[in-house]
Amino acid sequence: MNIKLEIWRQKDAKSKGGFVTYPLDGVSEGMSFLEMMDFLNTTLIKKGDEPVAFEHDCREGICGSCSLYINGRAHGPAHETTTCELRMTKFRNGDRIVVEPWRSKAFPLIKDLIVDRSSFEKIMQAGGFISVNTGAAPEANSIPIPKNHADEAFDSAVCVGCGACVATCKNSSAMLFVSAKISQLALLPQGQVEAKTRVQNMVTKMDDLGFGNCTNTGACEAECPKGIKIANIARMNREFICAKMGAQKMSL
Amino acid sequence: MSAKKLNSKFAHLITKDDNFKKLSINFFIFTKISIIMSNSILQYSSITKKIVMALVGLFLLMFLLVHLAVNSFLIFDPSRTLFNEGAHFMATNPIIQTMQYVLFGGFILHIILGITLQIQNWMARPVRYKMEGWSHTSPFSKFMIHTGIIIFIFLTIHFINFFLVAKFGEIPSFGDTEMEDMGLLVIQVFKMPGYVAFYVIALILLAFHLHHAFQSAFQSLGMNHSKYTPFIKGLSTVVSVVIALGFILIPLVIFFSSRYQA
Ligand code: HEM
Ligand code: FES
Repeated sequence: MNIKLEIWRQKDAKSKGGFVTYPLDGVSEGMSFLEMMDFLNTTLIKKGDEPVAFEHDCREGICGSCSLYINGRAHGPAHETTTCELRMTKFRNGDRIVVEPWRSKAFPLIKDLIVDRSSFEKIMQAGGFISVNTGAAPEANSIPIPKNHADEAFDSAVCVGCGACVATCKNSSAMLFVSAKISQLALLPQGQVEAKTRVQNMVTKMDDLGFGNCTNTGACEAECPKGIKIANIARMNREFICAKMGAQKMSL
Repeated sequence: MSAKKLNSKFAHLITKDDNFKKLSINFFIFTKISIIMSNSILQYSSITKKIVMALVGLFLLMFLLVHLAVNSFLIFDPSRTLFNEGAHFMATNPIIQTMQYVLFGGFILHIILGITLQIQNWMARPVRYKMEGWSHTSPFSKFMIHTGIIIFIFLTIHFINFFLVAKFGEIPSFGDTEMEDMGLLVIQVFKMPGYVAFYVIALILLAFHLHHAFQSAFQSLGMNHSKYTPFIKGLSTVVSVVIALGFILIPLVIFFSSRYQA
């Protein structure tokens, strides 16, 4: 099939970017979206042009490297699907496809469609861990965990940190990501020791990095490729309220 | 009574009434306190701001319910007795009079926080998308600041037309009683087609605001539960429709019914 791509091109963080239109013939329906992008880049290289820079790694929906805001939706039109798992069957012959990078103050653009998502790492460094000595794996039954807690913790832990929630939120808020990381630890006994400081530090970091506030629109949960729910955000708010109420010093 | 006449009544108040000066000073001090409070709240984290926003919003909702209850007296009793008694109680009861200031402060806090959150949200995305976001969410949630600002404009006009006139206008007393005939003022205003149209539109927008706001406040306060959240969302629709429809029906009935004469 033939498609018309409109892709954001920008040489580097400082240059001025803009949309460039690329007509592309001979795209097969069986291609994944990223294979289509590879195909485009091959034709560009053959012509002596600069290929489009985009991020990818595992190409099986588990690493969270791929991004792309496709026709107004993070990771494109398929539900609970990462861009790497998106198939061209979702598009029709003659379609115009607009491809944009994630747009957020906290995700500065590096080149073309690649943005710097290290803000997420900074939030994790502020508290998204447990400080225990790792040794041999403990005996599985030595710490009893209710099954529903284990399940919910797992549902939160499937977050791959791709940033689609920030990209799709009208406020560029990172609440879904942060709340998934907080929930995952808050639900398990190992996470209790640092629970109170964790939520406060991670939220402070999130605010400092310039992410927006949450208006509870629910766009993040609608677009999350891993189906993370905004119930996590409510849990984070609860954790936050409890931590602040019990804190030694007044800092709201 | 025409809008012009109403306004001239208002202009006369500003210059002549001593009480007006006293009240303006009170409100000025109160505005100042609210702004100082908001100023410190602005330093707080995003979640704290949203929690304050939600608590204040739910408080404002309580006010709307009380207000609607008093207004509905005018429909249940076209002779205005019930309504005038209600209005008289609201104007003289010391608890209500104190709450009036809390309410005023609540509005200022809600508005300042709403605008601040919105400005931060706009700043969080300096470069916008060419193809704007499309996702399956409540459309009303995306226009909270827009509906909010129109509600604010409505409230200001409403405040001038009713609250200030009630406090300082020369409202004739109701029959032989010592009560002011507030019902008559309401009927006079609701016989003006322009005002009724504006009122109806503003209240539809209030419904949009509340449709998202009520259930959102629970989420902000950390209350989300697989069993109760669907119920709260349903309740949010009911609350927004009942409040807006209730307020809208009153001017419409007064406007169209010959039982009400200005
Ligand atoms: C009687 C009038 C009003 C009521 C009952 C009301 C109620 C509420 C409630 C309950 C919320 C939800 C808070 C949350 O999500 O946690 C809310 C949000 C909001 N309100 Fe109001 N409100 C009123 C008037 C206004 C006005 C006059 C403005 C003017 C600016 C305004 C602006 C906003 C904004 C911008 C939000 C969304 C904040 C955010 O989540 O980012 N509201 N309102
Ligand atoms: S490339 Fe790894 S999730 Fe898409």
